Amino acid sequence: MYVQYKSVPTRRVDVTKNETTDHHKLLELIALNRDKKAFEQLFIYFAPRVKAVLMKQSSDANTAEDLMQETMLTVWNKADKFSKYRGSVSAWIFTIARNKRIDGYRKQGTKHYLDIEDIELTDDAMGSEEILISNERDKMVTDISNTLPIEQKEIIEMSFVKELSQTEISKKLGIPLGTVKSRMRLAYEKIRKSVEEAL
Amino acid sequence: MNINHHPDETTILSYAAGTLDEAFAVIISCHLQICSTCREAVKTAELIGGSHLEQSEEAPLSQGSFGRLLEKISVEPQAENTHAQSSASQSNETNQAALNPEWSELPLALQSYLTTNIDEIKWKRLAPGVSHHPIKLSENANSSLRLLRIAKGKQMPEHGHNGHELTLILQGAYKDKFGTFAKGDIADLDDDVEHQPKVISDEDCICLAATEAPTKFKSLLGRILQPIVGI
Repeated sequence: MYVQYKSVPTRRVDVTKNETTDHHKLLELIALNRDKKAFEQLFIYFAPRVKAVLMKQSSDANTAEDLMQETMLTVWNKADKFSKYRGSVSAWIFTIARNKRIDGYRKQGTKHYLDIEDIELTDDAMGSEEILISNERDKMVTDISNTLPIEQKEIIEMSFVKELSQTEISKKLGIPLGTVKSRMRLAYEKIRKSVEEAL
Repeated sequence: MNINHHPDETTILSYAAGTLDEAFAVIISCHLQICSTCREAVKTAELIGGSHLEQSEEAPLSQGSFGRLLEKISVEPQAENTHAQSSASQSNETNQAALNPEWSELPLALQSYLTTNIDEIKWKRLAPGVSHHPIKLSENANSSLRLLRIAKGKQMPEHGHNGHELTLILQGAYKDKFGTFAKGDIADLDDDVEHQPKVISDEDCICLAATEAPTKFKSLLGRILQPIVGI
């Protein structure tokens, strides 16, 4: 049984071709042709970023390099799966790196994060219009994240960049857990609404 | 499956960020398998992660980094010329197994933790009508995961929680002041919440419950109630 990714409106979005459009194309080339040149281009863009993010999450440079390599290897191996999944390339790579970090930490065979794309595969490849919409959505999330009030932005960054738990954030900032939660909720609501309303 | 109770948005956000401890992440994964609403919510939250990745500074890579990756690719069976075909059939098989937005015997995320079906579980009695089955997590886990089985008609004593608690209903249903919780529903409770659940289904209610590590239980009442209510 196939579950369709939330349907996207068919209206045309006027977004000029940009770097992230190319990321979808590169992944398609990797998926269809096992194109190593395309993979190298994707690597050049994402690998240093993935490594930097992992290093911020208390990995040393060697561990971060290893986890980054595993992340990019998964990108290569699962590119065909992704090309059928309508989503954001950067968010997908973020989740792979996140799961590698967690698996590395657990050092156990159990897998407790669900690969959503396994459940939400669709038969059709992503059309160019959908790629534009997906890219527009990525850009919107970045824009909204950057305009959040500083106290909300701080908590979102501590969650996603430093990967601190709600309790750890509460201790670090010396504020009640309830305050951490309400700031998270406000930030997430703002991002979710803007993504839903605009597209 | 008609799902009426979902995890809190902050739980969804923490799941997406990768900061939920293991027991909690397992429960959210089980729920996501059957809840498209929450899958959408997680994907929106993961866009934030993607956005931070895009905006991240760049760390210098070790020398010959891409070359080493290419070597790994060339030893991968998928890198053969026949890759496209073999990979397609291979991923089809995987997908057929994974593409199941209903739980069959057990939720996917729970399967690697349990070696038996629910029917074959050896339950350990905690109190009359209440038994549990602790689930072993990784050594580094800072949370506890257990199956709870509460007999039909059983009313639990009123209790609070010491720390965050997530409960997923796998079978049966219970009712408390927050409503009726049936298969697929999640109760996402904070430590300031007190409730008195009563099983209302014709069969025993089986839940999967995640709690913070027992060392985090502070109050005496919590420690006394813990063996009684199994949390």
